Amino acid sequence: MKHFDVLVVGGGHAGAEAAAAAARMGVSVALVTLRADAIGVMSCNPAIGGLGKGHLVREIDAFDGIMGQAADRAGIQFRLLNRRKGPAVQGPRTQADRALYRAAIQTALNVIPNLTIVQAEVAGLILNGTQVRGVTLSDGAEIGAGSVILTTGTFLNGVIHVGDQSRPGGRVGDAPSQLLAAQLADLDLQRGRLKTGTPPRLDGRSIRWDALDSQPGDDVPVMFSFLNSAPFVRQISCGITQTNERTHDIVRENLGRSAMYGGHISGVGPRYCPSIEDKVVRFADKDHHQIFLEPEGLDDHTVYPNGISTSLPAEVQESYVRSIFGLEDVKITQHGYAIEYDYFDPRGLDQTLQLRALSGLFMAGQINGTTGYEEAAAQGLVAGLNAAAAALSRPPVLFSRTDSYIGVMVDDLTSYGVTEPYRMFTSRAEYRLTLRADNADQRLTDQAIALDCVSDHRAGLHHAKMQALAAATQTLANVSMTSKVLADAGIMISQDGNRKTGLEALALQDCNMDKIIALVPDFAAFSPEIQDQVAKDSLYVQYIDRQQKDIARLKNDEDQIIPADFDFNALSGLSNELTLKLNRQRPANINQASKLEGITPAALLLIMAGLRKQGKQRA
Amino acid sequence: MDTIYALATARGRAGVAVVRISGPRAHDAVAQLCDLPPMRVAKLRRLVWQGDVLDEALVLTFDYASFTGEPSAELHLHGSNAVVARVLQILSTLDLRMAEAGEFTRRALENGKLDLTQVEGLADLIDADTEAQRKQAVRVLSGAIGKKVEGWRQALLRAAALIEATIDFADEDVPVDVVPEVRELIDVVLSDLHRETVSAISERIRDGFEVAILGAPNAGKSTLLNALAGRDAAIISDIAGTTRDIIEVRLDIAGFAVTLLDTAGLRETDDVVESMGVSRAISRAADADLRIFLLQSADEVLLTAPLPDDLVYLGKSDLRDGQGLSGKTGQGIDDLIEKIGQILERRTASAGVLIRERHRIAVQTGISALNAAKSALPRAGDQPELIAAELRVALNALEALLGRVDVEMLLGEIFSSFCIGK
Repeated sequence: MKHFDVLVVGGGHAGAEAAAAAARMGVSVALVTLRADAIGVMSCNPAIGGLGKGHLVREIDAFDGIMGQAADRAGIQFRLLNRRKGPAVQGPRTQADRALYRAAIQTALNVIPNLTIVQAEVAGLILNGTQVRGVTLSDGAEIGAGSVILTTGTFLNGVIHVGDQSRPGGRVGDAPSQLLAAQLADLDLQRGRLKTGTPPRLDGRSIRWDALDSQPGDDVPVMFSFLNSAPFVRQISCGITQTNERTHDIVRENLGRSAMYGGHISGVGPRYCPSIEDKVVRFADKDHHQIFLEPEGLDDHTVYPNGISTSLPAEVQESYVRSIFGLEDVKITQHGYAIEYDYFDPRGLDQTLQLRALSGLFMAGQINGTTGYEEAAAQGLVAGLNAAAAALSRPPVLFSRTDSYIGVMVDDLTSYGVTEPYRMFTSRAEYRLTLRADNADQRLTDQAIALDCVSDHRAGLHHAKMQALAAATQTLANVSMTSKVLADAGIMISQDGNRKTGLEALALQDCNMDKIIALVPDFAAFSPEIQDQVAKDSLYVQYIDRQQKDIARLKNDEDQIIPADFDFNALSGLSNELTLKLNRQRPANINQASKLEGITPAALLLIMAGLRKQGKQRA
Repeated sequence: MDTIYALATARGRAGVAVVRISGPRAHDAVAQLCDLPPMRVAKLRRLVWQGDVLDEALVLTFDYASFTGEPSAELHLHGSNAVVARVLQILSTLDLRMAEAGEFTRRALENGKLDLTQVEGLADLIDADTEAQRKQAVRVLSGAIGKKVEGWRQALLRAAALIEATIDFADEDVPVDVVPEVRELIDVVLSDLHRETVSAISERIRDGFEVAILGAPNAGKSTLLNALAGRDAAIISDIAGTTRDIIEVRLDIAGFAVTLLDTAGLRETDDVVESMGVSRAISRAADADLRIFLLQSADEVLLTAPLPDDLVYLGKSDLRDGQGLSGKTGQGIDDLIEKIGQILERRTASAGVLIRERHRIAVQTGISALNAAKSALPRAGDQPELIAAELRVALNALEALLGRVDVEMLLGEIFSSFCIGK
């Protein structure tokens, strides 16, 4: 029987990132998937990044992950969202050529020597008590593994709905993994049901592009990877159109035939991605809804009409789509559908995304109730790093709410679970001003280098950048100027007699790079990228200083880890109700415990004192 | 590390109230109130703040060998509400933070000063404190103020959701200019909060309770006032209607600062000036915290009726065989003082100095964050994240009043208001 340190089940965005991350840590990795040629497929919209999501991609890249680089290679329309707002809320996004993206991911995986791709269906897990030992394939073969990472997406009990038609399926064209689902059902894990939808796909050759408005990419495209500075391929524009009253009438008249409104679907759908049926019903007063027509690739005529996902019957889709301006003669190449699927309650996972009930089994991606390529890949990174760390007998790799969006997501999922498909937003990060897309490398790459999961090339570039940043920051910090000097340079501030350092001056609204260089000529010696980064870092300094105490308190709570075998029953003074709840939820640290409903400060103190006592006994 | 403070003793009139301070700035803070005594030596010190003498207190300081394992100090104050409230309020301005429930214990634990058994011993105390805070929050929310608080909650949630919508859904069909609505929402809450801080009960403790004396003309009200004041504050004569305007005297009654109000005698009158005095007496007495009714006979009915808790006495007892109250002989005065003390005691105990102070700080923090959010509004287009950051601070600060407002609620507000999802 073959044996790998880490075995990844699934070749989607979570699986690909998990396999790559584990392999970077130097352990032997197998990625088992139904179709090797489908690794890296974008099964929903042809875009990567956005607000919150772009932050995640940058953080993955800071760990030398593969998503950012693949998106750069496949990007055909780069836009920095919120470009005119502050850097903390800017998110990189790109339309991606599906074929190029898939190729980039497959290439990235194929070049890793300690990664083996196995095309097979996983039929079950091999268990030894509560320890995972490997997997069984549908042909009866077995593969041994120290850890298994499940990234099976919507495949678990997936049901596809088009109108009143439904059939089992993962995504269109793929069979669901019924065997594995049956075994997982036996594990008695908490699970729930979610749904998501897709729009019909259009043949771009039948769209009246010249009648439509278009949205070009940015003049100065911003890449995802800290290693890249310009797009790799030709850039294109997206088209813009909108629904109208006639579209809405058609949808309204046929609501009863929609899978969602006809009562065929029980799963909960995302509020931020409503179907056209939802939009027409819930926002009845709106007479139009915007649609972005997103080309799926440079050599692909398929167009993804973003904004009209649906589960109406095929003929109704034909009719409402053709009621839309510019789409009068459009040909639908694949009809929209809704998919329902099972997810496992992520509160059953610890902060490494390992199942608490089953040692060595990790889960990442949609199986945990999230949505989105970026959320999936980020979880893949967490699971991959930790499965490898376990194989190497190293301490777990933990992410904090105070250092990354990844930490925010893992904590949200494992503390609160999900009620709808979980998507990242910048508003989820309480330290949004610190956790920026532009400083993901400054926040995380040193940690990644310490884990030894970063290429020498990237590590070298990173050290050089950090040195330059430190020197440039120091250059400004060393200069102290009176308000008169600043005023003479055209920077108006109150003449309060307080001196300002160059760094503080740069943060002033009135300041810009030219003015600061006039005041501190030495600063001109640094590259424009470094100058720009110093400016971004300086912008929120006073806010970040104010948050430091909160951050320190939260970090302190997060750092007090509650071991998996901690005995809550041994604490006298806890109410029975609370003991039950603690045993059920098994908070990973004091911060998570503090968020449990009904917890009191005294109960937290008892747990903390208990931690010290049990820690002492073990030591 | 923050320096924290709290009232360490249960509040009570009798004896001593101990305020405990712990953290790196503990000694600095005490040094701003008095000469720092030598470490671990109890010294009597006069606490002075900006020229005002606050109290004569026993002051103790500790270095790292303290309950919490941090530099700390104890102020043993006289157990007067006014003194305690004032000292806590001053500490809050010295870059110190009021301790959370159990926070002293937590620091002791983290610094290796306590073991599990000791924490177990303290757990009940900490839970009691938490429970008191929770009850107070419930009381605030269920009282007359409850509706108003719910209004603030809705307004701030909406304001934060509007700003967040322009940030997280910039690509979507959300309104571009949310500033006018946000400004209006913030303004409403701000002016309410300002009003609340003025009328808050903690101000009562600092500035005193009002106790009005009511009765028919010539019932002996002014005599009673003078007796309580120990001086001739009000002119007294046998002529009915001598007192026309309201006379105020500040007193210390049972450790509470009390403003005693002597009012015009209540009667129907054609005299324009006197009738103005009467209506002023009635309305001012209605606003007072407590009323003392002096009756001339047990069945006398006055122009305004006593409320529950109000004290009703027969006046001029010197003229009626020692029954009731007399300002002239002092009869019944001790009993009156004791009763006033008991009533005010009960009212303040049901809120608790510590908790009120906590609310005051919360409201102050909320106000300054909302002001900061407002001044950042002109930059909503290019830096909405700064407005969002201030609104978040305000919502967190007001959590004790508003209840928790988390990201899910913000998102809920956004998704129900705007059609998100292109």
